Amino acid sequence: MTAAPLAIDVRGLHKSFGPRAVVQGLDLRVARGQICGFLGANGSGKTTTLRMLCGLLTPDAGEGTCLELDIRKDAARIRRRVGYMTQRFSFYEDLTVQENLDFVARLYELPDRERRIDAVLQRAGLTDRRTQLAGELSGGWKQRLALAACVLHEPELLLLDEPTAGVDPKARREFWDLIHVLASEGITVLVSTHYMDEAERCHRIVYLAGGKVVVEGSAEEVVARSGLVTFVGTGEQEALSEAAAALEPAPGVESVAMFGQTLRVSGTHRQALEKALAPWRARQGLTWVDEPPTLEDVFIHLLSDRRFAA
Amino acid sequence: MNLSVHRFVAVLQKELIQARRDRFTLALMIGMPLVQLFLFGFAINTDPKHLPTALVMGDDSRPARSLVESMRATEYFDISQPTSPAEAERAMARGDVLFVLEVPVDFARLMERQERPAVLLAADATDPTAVSSAFAAASGVGQGLLARDLPGAAPPARPFDWRVHRRYNPEGITAYNIVPGLIGTLLTFTLVVITALAVTRERERGTMENLLAMPVRPLEVMLGKIVPYIFLGYVQVALILGAAVLVFQVPLRGSVLLLLVGLGLFIAANLAVGFTFSTLARNQLQAMQMAVFFILPSILLSGFMFPFAGMPGWARVLGEMLPLTHALRLIRGILLKGNGALDVLPHLLPLMLFSVVVGTLAIRGYRQTLD
Ligand SMILES: Nc1ncnc2c1ncn2[C@@H]1O[C@H](COP(=O)(O)OP(=O)(O)OP(=O)(O)O)[C@@H](O)[C@H]1O
Ligand SMILES: [Mg+2]
Repeated sequence: MTAAPLAIDVRGLHKSFGPRAVVQGLDLRVARGQICGFLGANGSGKTTTLRMLCGLLTPDAGEGTCLELDIRKDAARIRRRVGYMTQRFSFYEDLTVQENLDFVARLYELPDRERRIDAVLQRAGLTDRRTQLAGELSGGWKQRLALAACVLHEPELLLLDEPTAGVDPKARREFWDLIHVLASEGITVLVSTHYMDEAERCHRIVYLAGGKVVVEGSAEEVVARSGLVTFVGTGEQEALSEAAAALEPAPGVESVAMFGQTLRVSGTHRQALEKALAPWRARQGLTWVDEPPTLEDVFIHLLSDRRFAA
Repeated sequence: MNLSVHRFVAVLQKELIQARRDRFTLALMIGMPLVQLFLFGFAINTDPKHLPTALVMGDDSRPARSLVESMRATEYFDISQPTSPAEAERAMARGDVLFVLEVPVDFARLMERQERPAVLLAADATDPTAVSSAFAAASGVGQGLLARDLPGAAPPARPFDWRVHRRYNPEGITAYNIVPGLIGTLLTFTLVVITALAVTRERERGTMENLLAMPVRPLEVMLGKIVPYIFLGYVQVALILGAAVLVFQVPLRGSVLLLLVGLGLFIAANLAVGFTFSTLARNQLQAMQMAVFFILPSILLSGFMFPFAGMPGWARVLGEMLPLTHALRLIRGILLKGNGALDVLPHLLPLMLFSVVVGTLAIRGYRQTLD
């Protein structure tokens, strides 16, 4: 590794809840200024890891630093420099947008509160809603408020836990534009998501399964390294449906998915896959193309991989 | 990270806004003391007459009958036909009568010999307020009337003795005791419940995760959440005291300032309890159950419901550990007996000790992580 400064550098993190080992030997390094996507099935330990990084949970084992501060000993100082956006909306629904932000600003003892709050409201497009009760905002606006609140103190590291769940596509795009702007200003972002288009907008992806990092790299690297082969079939609707039903249980086929008028069939062993496909390639009215897999194909493949089952 | 007044004020202000928006709770906290006081207050203020009374006649002489007549004349006693002592006893146990009047055997003869017979007036004192004025009326019965009935020599100063029994409630808690008791129990109730919910609510609504992720210290959160309720506690005290003095003419014999200082300690003790529950409970229901678990013994063992002296030793030990016990003594002492600072010191010290010990537990129990 080069000596590029790391915003997050943790090794061997473990965390159990009772008999349940949720995080089991997680290593994670995120360079400063990077946007790192945190992916994994439900229950794979993403939230738990984020909580350990900002000192909300104490790891059972493992060590490391966040912004060069020890995650075990310096939790209080880490809190001042990290912005954590919880998965569940956790601001006060009976306070207005402005009051919530004001409360946060006071807890961080920020100078020049008014100006900062105005700026952040502007940036999140919340200026018109500043006097609205947070509980009366729609889901997407709540997320914006949460993001606004966690950047208010100008943190160096953002830990965002599914920040765009339930947000419409346009707002999602704006959200990510904002995240890129923040990153260009030097902020490091670790963001968990289940959306593939969002994963593709990350500099780097970390895929978690069973409380461990199992795949990481840029989106292209992850796709290339998956060794996945994908065939895309088009043609007569009835024949496609028939093919889908027949291919589903066939050996060598790992995933079959209909997308409107096309059928995507993937597997890791080219020969086995081609063998299963052979009768359908010969079928009249259907054409098959060997296409590079998308990130989504790769994730479906990872999610259904029995080795990684939680 | 040092304690910060700014962060404390931030939490305080947030709580005030939330309290202001929660109209229902606010109305409840202000309305409840008044409603309770008026309910109890009018119960204590009534001067009930014509109370059912069983009669046991050990003597059918003229003076004996004349005594019964003059009892009737007070209008406090509705005296039925004479029965046996056992039957009278049963009637009281059933609640059919509130009094048993028992004229002893040889009443007239003993009086003539100036041996001062004892006339028994037993009362069902479970509701002491109901019988106290009747007692007062009975003690005035006697002299002139008996003098007329006793032939011969000048009547003795006290021709007979009253033997007064307050059944079921030997301490005979008087009407005025209701107000101190009400101040104490209401403060315990509202303050313990409200603070027990304070942190639990944050946990249940998920806002705790956020609060913990921000740089705020446990003591700042605790003080910020508690201080608004100290004020609210005083508002309750003022409401009850004001109504008690103005509407029900309860005496206020001691120093109001001393009372407020003492109640401050009591309020702190209750808030510490509530906050401790708040850190232990996982959800609001649990917090509520813990609060009830604390409040019930407080009401039962503090001397509010049952006279403290009448309780078995172990119950008294428990009672001594409860803030309400000491608060009751404090309030009664200042309000009714005009106690000064030195007199109430023995009640103040336990309250102080309790607040410090439980307050420390509360801060210790406040988890800075989600573990
Ligand atoms: N406080 C807790 N007590 C007990 N179990 C917990 C606790 N927090 C999390 N878990 C368990 O740990 C596992 C991992 O949870 P975590 O929230 O980290 O998953 P996640 O990757 O964030 O999932 P999702 O994508 O659904 O948000 C889950 O099975 C969850 O039930
Ligand atoms: Mg999660």
